[in-house]
Amino acid sequence: MVKDLSVNLCGVQLRNPVVPASGTFGFGVELSDIMDLNVLGGISLKGTTREARYGNPLPRIAECTAGMINSVGLQNPGIDVLVGEKVPALRKIFGGAVIANISGFSLEEYTECCSKAAACDGVDIVEVNVSCPNVHNGGMAFGTQASSAAGVTSAVRKVCNKPLFIKLSPNVTDIVEIARACEDAGADGITLVNTMLGMRIDIRRRQPVIANRMGGFSGRAIFPVALRMVYQVAHACRIPVMGCGGVADAEGVVEMMMAGATAVQVGAENLRNPMVCPEIVERLPHLMDELGIDTLKSIIGTV
Amino acid sequence: MEKRKFNIKSNKVTAKNTYCLELTALEPGYKFSGEFVDIELEGFYLRRPISVCDAWEGGITLLYKVVGDGTRALSRMPSGSVLDVLTGLGNGFDAAACRKSALLVGGGLGAAPLYRFCKELCSKGREVTVILGFNSADEIVLEKEFRALTDKVSVSTADGSAGVKGFVTDAVRLLAPQYDYYYTCGPLVMMKALHTMLEGSGEYSLEERMGCGAGFCYGCSCQTLTGTKRICKDGPVFKKEELLW
Repeated sequence: MVKDLSVNLCGVQLRNPVVPASGTFGFGVELSDIMDLNVLGGISLKGTTREARYGNPLPRIAECTAGMINSVGLQNPGIDVLVGEKVPALRKIFGGAVIANISGFSLEEYTECCSKAAACDGVDIVEVNVSCPNVHNGGMAFGTQASSAAGVTSAVRKVCNKPLFIKLSPNVTDIVEIARACEDAGADGITLVNTMLGMRIDIRRRQPVIANRMGGFSGRAIFPVALRMVYQVAHACRIPVMGCGGVADAEGVVEMMMAGATAVQVGAENLRNPMVCPEIVERLPHLMDELGIDTLKSIIGTV
Repeated sequence: MEKRKFNIKSNKVTAKNTYCLELTALEPGYKFSGEFVDIELEGFYLRRPISVCDAWEGGITLLYKVVGDGTRALSRMPSGSVLDVLTGLGNGFDAAACRKSALLVGGGLGAAPLYRFCKELCSKGREVTVILGFNSADEIVLEKEFRALTDKVSVSTADGSAGVKGFVTDAVRLLAPQYDYYYTCGPLVMMKALHTMLEGSGEYSLEERMGCGAGFCYGCSCQTLTGTKRICKDGPVFKKEELLW
């Protein structure tokens, strides 16, 4: 029997739930020479701010056991280049869901960027990053408290007529409280989780490996933590969840969906294996067959 | 970029802590001198980016130093092992920038990406002077191979155990080589010193801790006079006029 991999995210139909996560897939076009992007359910684009940003000093990358730390620091060309160049370029070759990922250092910046992203024809979903741990006085402050996360949500809700996802930080005491606050403030969905704050030290140089000292830890090692938070939030909120964190194979996608995710983002694994998303999409029907699943969306939140 | 399986043909010590790795594949996906590959190693999360030293029909040669657990694991892989490799990464050196005579300066394993390029320049009839610098005699690589390509090869060692005693900058002063364009790869301090002392223009091959190695994670971006560049994708080779030191 033909397997149905499609899922629906707030009215946006995805041919499958596999979405490369923001920051791990550029603006999509960069990967078009090695894969047909159209096998993907969607693409979450690199996080974008009002002005162009260089980001943090080098080195920005540290390897860890089953994961990595990055402190790229939201390098991006700015919202006007995103909507004027990056999205149109991707749209020429990609028919799946385009998710614009927005960051900001003030409510005004969030609202300006979200309003431009929402007004862009090629954008299907706006995902607001209130959790990037890399930027001083930046997203972290908004995402670590329910009141400020709700404040960003209600501010951008007013200017965003497209499905609005809030991407949350896992570096909090009570993820459910924050997710509920975002839901109450008008979010259409929740993406979780962003990276966990981490650090490595080069014991020979007696210095942090990355120039910014700390950075976002991601990769396979964070999967159980991410899965737990997806499970908690999906069962506490009525709005859909995009699960993200340490997903590396089709089994991880199914596990995230059973925990409650409607779509599943693949992040750091793209850096190890740029072909991992198409490989997961290819493997999913076989795995569904092994597990006796005909319609993938039927397993969402079944655990 | 291509993702390919390569077979290890040989993986042998060639100098102190330094290995020569010969890899074969039906289509190595190699395009330009100065490119690099990114190798997946079992048990390590990120790939290891390594410059291509030489390329031939059906294979490539890499030189690498054991500097940590990942390269140590690579050094223990026997012939016949299969490696998952991203190949054809980076931009490579621009041979057309040199009209008549070139100066190549390599520090340590910075000699490696210059080797295939030296072959390319020689085959185009360019006169090539090669200056290689190492810490000590037991770390010297590729001297014989470069001498087979050109008569003008100078080796220096910091401890004076072989060749000119001192750094490549001392060898440059001593030789006063003639060139209309230079190309260099090596430690950042060496390249900074060359940047100040060498007349005319040239190209520099940089290295950095990388995430994806293929231009989509922005983990190795540097600022240049011509904007932000990804070392893995827009580089690793940059023109003198672009670099901010």
